[in-house]
Amino acid sequence: MRVPLSWLRTLVPALSASADDVAAALVRAGLEVEQVHRYGDDVRSVVVGEVLDVEELTGFKKPIRFCHVDVGTRSHEVVCGARNFAAGDRVAFALPGASLPGGFEIATRQTYGRTSDGMICSEAELGLSDESDGILVLAPDAPLGVDVVEHLSLRDEVLDIAVTPDRGYTLSVRGVAREVATAFGLELVDPGLAPAAPATDDGPPVTLQDDGCTRYVARLVTGLDPAAPSPAWLQRRLVLAGMRPISLAVDVTNHVMLELGQPLHAFDADRLQGGITVRRALAGERLTTLDGKDRALDEADLVIADTSGAVAVAGVMGGAATEVTATTTTLLLESARFEPVAIAKTARRHRLPSEASKRYERGVDPALAPAAAEAAVRLLVEHGGATAGPVTDVDSRPAQPVLAFPVGAPERIAGRPYARDVVVGRLQDVGCTVTGEGDVVEVVPPSWRPDLTGTAELVEEVVRLEGYDTIPVALPSAPAGRGLTRQQGLRRTASRALAAGGLVEVVTPPFVGEQAVDLFGAGGPSPRLVNPLSAEQALLRPSLLPGLLAALARNASRGLADVALFETGPVFLGAGGSAPTPGVDGPPTPEQRAALDAALPAQPRHAGVVLTGAPASWDAAVSALVDLGRALGLVLVPRALQQDPFHPGRCAELLLDGRRVGLAGELHPRVVATLGLPARTCAAEADLDVLVEAAAALDPVRAPVVSHYPPSSVDVALVVEAAVAAADVEAALRSGAGELLEDLHLFDVFTGPQVGEGRRSLAYALRFRAPDRTLTDVEVLGARDAAVALAGERTGAVLRA
Amino acid sequence: MPDLLDQPALDAVRDEALAAFAAAPDLSALAALKATTVGDKSPLARARQAVGALPKDQKADAGKRVNAVAQALGRAFDDRRQALEAERDARVLVEEAVDVTVLPSRPVGARHPLTTIQERIVDVFVGMGWELAEGPELEHAWFNFDALNVPAHHPAREEQDTLWVDPPGSGLLLRTQTSPVQVRSLLDRELPVYVVCPGRVFRNEAQDATHSPVFGQLEGLCVDEGITMAHLRGTLDAYAAAMFGEGTTTRLRPNYFPFTEPSAELDLQCFSCRGASAVPGGEPCRVCSSEGWIEVGGCGMVNPAVLRACGVDPERYSGFAFGMGLDRTLMFRHGITDIRDLYEGDVRFTLPFGLEA
Ligand SMILES: [Zn+2]
Repeated sequence: MRVPLSWLRTLVPALSASADDVAAALVRAGLEVEQVHRYGDDVRSVVVGEVLDVEELTGFKKPIRFCHVDVGTRSHEVVCGARNFAAGDRVAFALPGASLPGGFEIATRQTYGRTSDGMICSEAELGLSDESDGILVLAPDAPLGVDVVEHLSLRDEVLDIAVTPDRGYTLSVRGVAREVATAFGLELVDPGLAPAAPATDDGPPVTLQDDGCTRYVARLVTGLDPAAPSPAWLQRRLVLAGMRPISLAVDVTNHVMLELGQPLHAFDADRLQGGITVRRALAGERLTTLDGKDRALDEADLVIADTSGAVAVAGVMGGAATEVTATTTTLLLESARFEPVAIAKTARRHRLPSEASKRYERGVDPALAPAAAEAAVRLLVEHGGATAGPVTDVDSRPAQPVLAFPVGAPERIAGRPYARDVVVGRLQDVGCTVTGEGDVVEVVPPSWRPDLTGTAELVEEVVRLEGYDTIPVALPSAPAGRGLTRQQGLRRTASRALAAGGLVEVVTPPFVGEQAVDLFGAGGPSPRLVNPLSAEQALLRPSLLPGLLAALARNASRGLADVALFETGPVFLGAGGSAPTPGVDGPPTPEQRAALDAALPAQPRHAGVVLTGAPASWDAAVSALVDLGRALGLVLVPRALQQDPFHPGRCAELLLDGRRVGLAGELHPRVVATLGLPARTCAAEADLDVLVEAAAALDPVRAPVVSHYPPSSVDVALVVEAAVAAADVEAALRSGAGELLEDLHLFDVFTGPQVGEGRRSLAYALRFRAPDRTLTDVEVLGARDAAVALAGERTGAVLRA
Repeated sequence: MPDLLDQPALDAVRDEALAAFAAAPDLSALAALKATTVGDKSPLARARQAVGALPKDQKADAGKRVNAVAQALGRAFDDRRQALEAERDARVLVEEAVDVTVLPSRPVGARHPLTTIQERIVDVFVGMGWELAEGPELEHAWFNFDALNVPAHHPAREEQDTLWVDPPGSGLLLRTQTSPVQVRSLLDRELPVYVVCPGRVFRNEAQDATHSPVFGQLEGLCVDEGITMAHLRGTLDAYAAAMFGEGTTTRLRPNYFPFTEPSAELDLQCFSCRGASAVPGGEPCRVCSSEGWIEVGGCGMVNPAVLRACGVDPERYSGFAFGMGLDRTLMFRHGITDIRDLYEGDVRFTLPFGLEA
């Protein structure tokens, strides 16, 4: 909402504060003043002049005129490119030395072979509009030589206010003026309270068939001069408020809407057939709206109809057939109150947000309709030569609610006392009627504040008008908290471990396309967005890898060759269902709650890793998950697996107590090619929730017995078939070696003719120790032989000769 | 008495050996001298043999003199060996010196600043006895809107540019705020409730330098008996001081949010200029554009309608809630000018933040 300060002053005549002070006061009262625009200060030495003669210059690329302009004291020669004026017209003439918005200085100069001693200005050059065709032609009675800034009242300041949904009344100069008057303690001249012509017996017939309309004032205006222009001051107000002047009838309805907040619609009464009916649209009903679009109406749309059918979409847009035209002389003015939800739904359904629907959606003052219609009629009579005709007022609005309000409520909420007369006074400031003497008073909110529905809303009015800065500062005494849960702490551990392992964390959007789901999904459906940001990315990720790989590719394309990234966050598994929306008068029942939760797809947190360049190798990817497990106190065991999208020979599943919790390895060359990734890109992904839950469920670690006896070390080299996993050999050795084994690790892997085709040699170092004695050679060799024997049994391993 | 037991002869043996020791250039040369100076065939050994052959009355004197030479040579030999060993050790240490600035090149990791700032803020509140609450990103509209006093077709619901999830009309959506976690907390936890809820939220909004369809938010909720706006102010001031330095304060400006009443915009005193730039004549400040305050979020007293929808008796309990943009907090705290840097995953952006930015 753009509010010219000059307009505001007509409603708060005693207001003397500067625009900046007014803006600051409004901000304190809770209005969002986004900007203060200033106009006219940058226009100097532009005066009213009269074109004495016009000479057409030829021989140039475009038509050029050479004129003499009289400014009262003398005449100036001037060259002008515009053609929309004639000798005798009054124009805005910039004298030599004048300055215009944007820092333009006007000087005498030679051009097109003539002297140009000034400039004839357009609206745009004066800062009156963004663009203009030709120069500004003033009224014939504009006094010669007078400063145009004064003549056109160009000097003004405009407050640009962002209106929150609860403050519909501030979508009007009237509403803003009320806040200004309250803030400065000044009197408000409320144009909404101006007397209006009462209903007459012969008013236009109006039938309200739907409770989506609670008030309808219809007024006939006859004998309008369709050619009569809007007065300059009115056009100027509209321009400053951000609207384009169009015609007197349209400008007047817009002016009233801006001043009072009441949208008006003007029908060409001669093109209406029969009386007005407000109803819902009929099945199959269509209407061509003012914008020329033929629209199929929905049966839920509220419409204005005559005997021929719908003639307007109520509160949203009029119909083309009954539009006011350049020949209209008889108007039917509609000043109505429509229900917010009905208008909001229709505006959304037809994608037709308008100045009118914006106001109806937030609630229009139902008491305002007669005064608004009266204001419009008066302007049409005064400036369009029209005659006020009969009046209809169908009024079915409900009585204003009476709210019981404890005068102590503001203190209970704000934590500071407010005197009773302060509470009552502030409620009266916003327009409430307050009655009663006890602890609980009766409050009737004003008709323009449909948002004041209960104690909390009334409290806010008192507290905000008294100032939030008067509220004291105190700390609540929270009960002893339990700190982070074990799981929350472990997730931090996981994040730190991944980063400490040389990975850089990224946060990627969860939107993916079909291809990503095909390549990286587990096969089930993924949630689909109804209104995605991009049609190519309409699904929610089933895996962290698509986002991570996109980030990896971005880094690679920026010349970063060695990249190792990780991300932790939810993935979305399953399409999601439907659940009825419970009411809000109380908590959902257990059944309703269960249905709500069941409608949501599973959203487990995963940890994903991608690697390319120097850090990238299949074993780094597997190790990333093994290390992550270790950081959480878990042993993750890799096992070979052929699984898309990984390289069939370079992929491991990670097992936790035999259960798969992750996958890791080198990506399949086909996937690498499809996604345009650097060759041999590696990746890993694990279910972080499962890891964290398992870690949180671990029993306290039992401390080992640290033996002080000497160790005995033995190495064994075993030959196995190439397909046998070292992890299986190691597991067998561990089991076979028994309790005396203190440590075991693989220190050499060897292939070659010595061990035979298709086989390899694995060399392990075993360290034995007993807690209570020095081991004998017999004991050590016995344990070693048992280990080798079990490895042979389970994996076919034989001691290397 | 044989000549070799003459005192001058013994002295000559001794002096020759001492000179040889002193001239030995290293330990192996010294070791090689052992045989010729004190070994079985050395003049000294021969002297000992000669002593054995002397008549009894001469033995004591000759033996004493030979032993004196032997002891002198032994001491000299050990001294020389120790000196040479010390020389060798010192030389080895010099030779083993390295360039301590050459380190193995291991990949360096970092955590995302959105992660670390979340942890820092959460820790401030956990320190005040609050707990960390979490909820799903894909939510049902009842939690994201209805229970928060934003019914269908409310202008506030339309303003949020919600990303809806198939099937249309199912009520499934990507949460537009972390407030649904507050609703879940009130439904699932025992009163009183003191929780912070950080997380990612989503809007159907085109990406540019200052907007992202995905961004981080952190909300707090306190519902207890006797809670007032004074507690809201006190809590926010405590947060500001803990995060941005002692004495940093906050300011509330009236505003509208459906889920709070009264509602306020939350401004943080500029941590850089502490408001000094907004005073006439003050040094301009880039962090706050010389306004003295930085807008960081919204807050207010929990609307009784929200309490009722969550099964809390608004006659007995009251509460406050606040929310702030984590991206915005990061941007002014670290001088980030383009929000896209947070979501593109360029390692050059994230690495400087380290593990605990
Ligand atoms: Zn500053």
